Amino acid sequence: MRIPPRYSQILAVGLMGAATLLTLLVLVFVVVFVLGKGLPAVNLQFLFGMPRDMGRAGGILPAIVGTVLLPLVAIAIAMPLGVGTAVYLAEYTRETRLTKVLRFGTDCLAGIPSIIFGLFGFIFFVVMLKMGWCLLSGGLTLAIMILPTIIRTSEEAIRAVPNAYREVSFSLGATRWETVLKVVLPNALPGIVTGVMLGVGRSVGETAAVIFTAGSALRLPATMFDSVRTMAVHFYILAREGISAENAYGTAAVLIISILLINLATYGMMHRMLAARTK
Amino acid sequence: MDCAITVRDLDLYYGTFQALKKVPLDVMRHRITALIGPSGCGKSTLLRTLNRMNDLVPGVRIQGQILLEGRDIYAADMDVCALRKRVGMVFQRPNPFPLSIRDNVTFGLRVAGQTDRDVQDEVVEQSLKGAWLWDQLKDQLNRSALELPMDQQQRLCVARVLAVEPEVILMDEPCSALDPIATARIEELMLDLKTRYTIVIVTHNMQQAARISDYSGYMLLGDMVEFGATSGVFTSPKDKRTQDYVSGRYG
Repeated sequence: MRIPPRYSQILAVGLMGAATLLTLLVLVFVVVFVLGKGLPAVNLQFLFGMPRDMGRAGGILPAIVGTVLLPLVAIAIAMPLGVGTAVYLAEYTRETRLTKVLRFGTDCLAGIPSIIFGLFGFIFFVVMLKMGWCLLSGGLTLAIMILPTIIRTSEEAIRAVPNAYREVSFSLGATRWETVLKVVLPNALPGIVTGVMLGVGRSVGETAAVIFTAGSALRLPATMFDSVRTMAVHFYILAREGISAENAYGTAAVLIISILLINLATYGMMHRMLAARTK
Repeated sequence: MDCAITVRDLDLYYGTFQALKKVPLDVMRHRITALIGPSGCGKSTLLRTLNRMNDLVPGVRIQGQILLEGRDIYAADMDVCALRKRVGMVFQRPNPFPLSIRDNVTFGLRVAGQTDRDVQDEVVEQSLKGAWLWDQLKDQLNRSALELPMDQQQRLCVARVLAVEPEVILMDEPCSALDPIATARIEELMLDLKTRYTIVIVTHNMQQAARISDYSGYMLLGDMVEFGATSGVFTSPKDKRTQDYVSGRYG
C-alpha cells in the first residue's frame, strides 16, 4: 500500500519538524536546568574569589584562569602545526597514496576518545619527560587532541579558495609561498578560525585528557610548569567527591555561559571578516 | 624582424594526448596577434605556454622552443616568476581578488615587497589611467572590486597586469563574459595599449580578430593551419580550411 503523495508530504514535514523541535527542546532544557540550579551560587565573590575548604566555599578564580590558559597554550601549539599541515596537504602535494594515508590517519586520530590522549599525555609528558602535572603537559596533550580537527577544517577551507585566485597570483609573478601567504590564507581565514574555535570549544569542555596531564591544583599558576584546574575538572571533582553540589552547579553555569560567549564571539568575528572581504 | 616572441616546433602533451603539434608563431613587438580557431583547437593552450602557466597542469610535457627577446623561456635557468612579470595575463572571466580596487592593483607590488605608500599611489594612478579607469574610480579606490560592473572588473584586471610593468600581455578571450558595448570598450583599450605593449589575444569572435589584430593565426586540432597578416588571413586565405572557417562554413 502506498501513501498518497499529498499525505506523505505532510507526514514528512511533520516528522522532520518534530525532530527539530525535540532537539531544540533538549538543548534549551539542559541550559535552563543548569543555569537554574547554578546561577544562584554565582556572584562576584564566586567569580573572582579564591576557593576555600577544597571548593566547598569561596570562589572559582583559579579554575577560570586555568580554563582560559589551557586552551590558549593548546591553540598556540596546535594552530601553527595544524594550519601548516593543511597548507602542505592542500597546496604542496598532489593527491597520492601518501596524502590519502595522512588524511585517513588524521581522521582516525579525531575519533580517539579523549581519555586515551589523557593517558598518552600522562605517560609521555608527565612521567617520561618528567614534566609533571602542569599547564604545558596539559596544553601539549590538548594540542594533539584538537590537531586533527584543525587540520581537516583548515584543509577544507584552503581547498574552497577559488583556483582562479591562485592562477591570477601566479600569473602576476608570485611564487607558491607568496600565493599561500597573500591569497590563499586570507581567503581561507574564516574557515580556519572555525576549526580553531571548534578546538577551543573541545579544550574548554575537556576533563579526561586534562585531569591526567594538567592536574587539579587549586592555586593560581605562576609558570608553564605549574599545575592548573579547569572549570570542567573543578565541576567533576566537586560533584564526584560530593564536596558541594551548589558550587558544582555554579561552576557548570559559568562554564556554559563562557562557551556560549565564545561561540557568539566567533560568529561575530567571522561575520565581520566575511563582511570586510565582500564589502 | 621585430619579434618579441618566437615559437618553433612546439609540441605539447597532456599525458598521452597531443594538444599542440609542431606549432610555429611569431609575435611582433607592439602589435596585436590574434589566435583563432574552434573550441579545443589548442589556442588557449598555446597562449598559456607563453607565460608558462601550463607548468601548473599535472602531466603536461613540452618540446620545442619558445624565445622571448631571444632567450629560451623553458631554459633551466629561467626564473618563472620573473618571466610571468614580463608576460602578463588577462583571463576569460574577470577575476579581481575580493579586495579593494587599490589592493587589487598593488597586488604585484606587495608580492614584490614594495610597501612604500607613495610608490604604490603612483603605480595605482598610472595603471588605472592605462586601463581607462582612473577618472571613474579615483575617488573610490577603497571600494571592493567585486562591486564594479563586469567590464570595469575586466579593465581592473588589465590595470593589475599593467602595474607589474609587463612587456607582453596575453588575453584569453577577455570579452567572452562581456556585452557588446563593454566588448567595444575593451577593444578600444587594446588598440591604445598596443602602442606600449605587445598583445596576444585568443578569441572565439572572428569579427573581433579582424577588427583589432595585426596578425592572425588559425589553429585546428593542435595545428597552426595558417599564420600571417590579419588582412591576408581573412581576405585571401591560402589554406582551404582557413577559408572555410573565416567565411563561416565551419566552426
